[in-house]
Amino acid sequence: MRTNHDDCRDGCFGYHMTRRIFLGRALAGAAGLCLADSLAIRSWAATPAAKMTGQAKSVIQIWMWGGPAHLDTFDPKPEAGNDYCGPYKKPIETNVKGIRICEQLPELAKQADKYAIIRSMTHGNNAHEIATYMVQTGRPAGERLVYPCVGAVVSFFKGYQAGYRGQLPPYVVLTEPQGRASEGGFLGAKYKPFATGGDPAKTPFEVEGIVAPGITDAQQRQRREWLDQLNTLRRAAPNTPAMKALARSEDEAYDMILGGDAKLFDLSTEKDELRERYGKNTFGQSCLVARRLVEQGVPYITINYPGWDTHKNHFQTMRTKLPELDKGMATLLQDLADRGLLESTVVWWSGEFGRTPKIQWEAPYNGGRGHWGNAFSAVLAGGGFKGGRVVGSSDARGETVKERPTSPADLIASIYDRLGIGSDARLPLPDGATVPATSSTAGLLKEII
Amino acid sequence: MKTKQLSGVILATTLAMTGLTPVVDAFERADASSVSNEVDKPVLAELRQHGIAPAPVCSDAVFVRRVYVDVLGTLPSPAEVRSFLEDRSPDKRRRLIDQLLERKEFADYCALKWCDLLRVKSEFPINLWPNAVQAYHRWVRDSLAENKPYDRFVREILTASGSNFRAPPVNFFRAVRDREPATIAQAVALTFMGARTERWSPERLAGMAAFFQDIKYKKSNEWKEEIVYVDLLGGTARDAVLPDGARVALKPGTDARSIFADWLTRPDNPWLARNIVNRIWYWLVGVGIVQEPDDLRPDNPPANPELLALLERELIAHRYDLKHIYRLILNSATYQRSSIPTTERPEAERYFAHYPLRRLDAEVLIDAINQITGTTESYVSLIPEPWTYIPKETRSIELADASITSSFLELFGRPARDSGLESERNNSPSAAQRLHLLNSSHIRRKLADSATLRALARSQNPVDELYLTILSRYPTDDERKIVSGYKPGNRNLTAELAWALINTAEFQYRH
Repeated sequence: MRTNHDDCRDGCFGYHMTRRIFLGRALAGAAGLCLADSLAIRSWAATPAAKMTGQAKSVIQIWMWGGPAHLDTFDPKPEAGNDYCGPYKKPIETNVKGIRICEQLPELAKQADKYAIIRSMTHGNNAHEIATYMVQTGRPAGERLVYPCVGAVVSFFKGYQAGYRGQLPPYVVLTEPQGRASEGGFLGAKYKPFATGGDPAKTPFEVEGIVAPGITDAQQRQRREWLDQLNTLRRAAPNTPAMKALARSEDEAYDMILGGDAKLFDLSTEKDELRERYGKNTFGQSCLVARRLVEQGVPYITINYPGWDTHKNHFQTMRTKLPELDKGMATLLQDLADRGLLESTVVWWSGEFGRTPKIQWEAPYNGGRGHWGNAFSAVLAGGGFKGGRVVGSSDARGETVKERPTSPADLIASIYDRLGIGSDARLPLPDGATVPATSSTAGLLKEII
Repeated sequence: MKTKQLSGVILATTLAMTGLTPVVDAFERADASSVSNEVDKPVLAELRQHGIAPAPVCSDAVFVRRVYVDVLGTLPSPAEVRSFLEDRSPDKRRRLIDQLLERKEFADYCALKWCDLLRVKSEFPINLWPNAVQAYHRWVRDSLAENKPYDRFVREILTASGSNFRAPPVNFFRAVRDREPATIAQAVALTFMGARTERWSPERLAGMAAFFQDIKYKKSNEWKEEIVYVDLLGGTARDAVLPDGARVALKPGTDARSIFADWLTRPDNPWLARNIVNRIWYWLVGVGIVQEPDDLRPDNPPANPELLALLERELIAHRYDLKHIYRLILNSATYQRSSIPTTERPEAERYFAHYPLRRLDAEVLIDAINQITGTTESYVSLIPEPWTYIPKETRSIELADASITSSFLELFGRPARDSGLESERNNSPSAAQRLHLLNSSHIRRKLADSATLRALARSQNPVDELYLTILSRYPTDDERKIVSGYKPGNRNLTAELAWALINTAEFQYRH
């Protein structure tokens, strides 16, 4: 017999799950758990997780929401003149001979041996949502299938079925949800990320559901006791499967509220000097939390970094944003390397597109840059990608791709390759059929693998 | 057992000898109830056979909450609870059932369940697109509100032709993963016959698919409009086979779908009535007479064949009046039993010895929290264009489109409407759900910002008011003691009590 409130965990999986596994699963979202899991099992049979071993274990995605200007970051064009480079005419040398980046990124210049710059990214679309979908899934928009984004795919292959044992779900977004940009697509809501909410630059970092401001641990315990006393129905029918399942989920929830996960987000245990180096702002501290999550084995972390959609007063914004980016990302790379984690952690920096190379000086833009999907840059570091390289190039003004056009699909396939997700890996559709995880058009970035 | 009545709730005073904990009596009716109808006879006979004692009939307070939640997907207001508890007439349960079946929320909540089955959503894997979703949902809801005879409802869907905007039931033929005749046949079988064609031989499915072979689709000049029609000229003479094995020679120039609809809606058809009465039973009682409720087949026998046969006969004798079936079930002692089991034997639930505990549907749960706190939700549409405007006060049970959602609905297992299977809705509890209700800013904000709760705090008896608002009953003496002994420190007692009651099993579960 099966009833709709029967606990499906054991039934679905056919083996007893330990509490820790379940906890993480539960956090990842409950929708369609049974259905999705039974389908997922079918597809693992097609793509055994055991075969999927790559050098990389985790990905930190720095998502430059809104589209960062490639000319003002990793693809400077000092020779193009004032109408293209504005105030940034003196790119700086990095610690790799011949690679120059924007003068506002001095710390990142010291880390250039750790990353590769792809200067020939292109998809040709200038609309945020469509471009985001393309960069996050590696697929053209408007097909019949809505594909899951990279984070969902990685958490599908590298999450619980690959032996991930964390309490936190395998896909975490710092801090605000990206909405459509981080969809589970046809994999379903279960593969959507856990968005922390809150602000890691504040104390405490109020992680949604886990850390509640103004309620001390003692008060949490007092409240729980009170709730137990008032839980009249549960006390009237304590041995029913429904009430047992509820009690179990509540124990697990309180373990997270009162246990280790709340500590994981408590940055006060980090040295203040290091916190300063990351930058005491939301992005910098998010980078630090991301490193801590990698240490816990979380396979995919997105730092959702808004504020790059600079149509107006672009350069005023860059004056504050670029140093923030510089400190946070450079310290992240150095810190990961110092801890021996960079070899197994891919750091992927990109937005949905670049920005118009030609500056709009006129009002109302007053020095603004629009959307530019014809040519833009992405950065890859760690996880076995070769650093100190530049892949492809844009033309003299950064307007079109000059050499080696690279699609989002190529970049994503290369990240999958580092993680051991091969071109034969398949994803399950809701009806049980499967489709390839990687676009058939994708090639690998062989230059940096 | 000696009892006294206090504020409409029956409280036991001497319980030590009964072996029950005092808490049970908040939920059960002390007097031997006269509630009973023809549904109970086969149920009691089956229970006797298995030596299982049925649970007593539930208290009035439990009943009023249960019937609102099951029929309307909506909590009763404190005033509605009060007036029901104070009503002294012996037939008040029957009258309440009649009233609720005429309310707008009944159609809304039924439409929600139907749209789950019909896979009503804008995008992937069912691409109906927003305008068509709205038209289709409205047609379904209106059909249920006017209590359209079920055979007519099914026939109108199966034989629909025209524009997806102007002839809404044609969307049935669009709400499929692909438009192959076999895929359509599969959807027809699952939805209206409760049959899973995966278990059929390919020949049997192909025989049925032949009825849907001439369906064609064409675009118009209006954006996203699509005309569904049957190609009467292009069809070829061929044989189709009904699921019962009867062969039908199809002639060109006839709409083969109507031949299939004729067969399906015949009073002696073994699937149509059985499927829908079993689903209604499942929706109300929580366990199908055949379980899974959409897996009717000879080797998956009903738990109580006589009960199923009775409901089928009643539906047909009452000209496919669905509300008659609702009334029949809701007025039975079987439906009105307490949810506290008399035994831990797992089969007790299967034979309907008690009303099974189950978590509220995601939509019902958030609507209830909003009702209690007087707050509203924001929803996200996954469709980039066109922009859909959802008025702030829209309740979750009213949402037409599964592509319009919220993180709460997804966390609490609202179905994505991908498959049309009842099991897509996942009401099992999880740690993440508990975190959300216990500790999230979403719920904290609702409680803190609630003008409704602040007003309750100023009322004469805030504790009673909170219990009536959140749990649809008065507190027991024990609960009053616990509440008055609580020291919330610097926190507000009303808000703390509201938090606790929302987090009780009694609030989160149908009981």
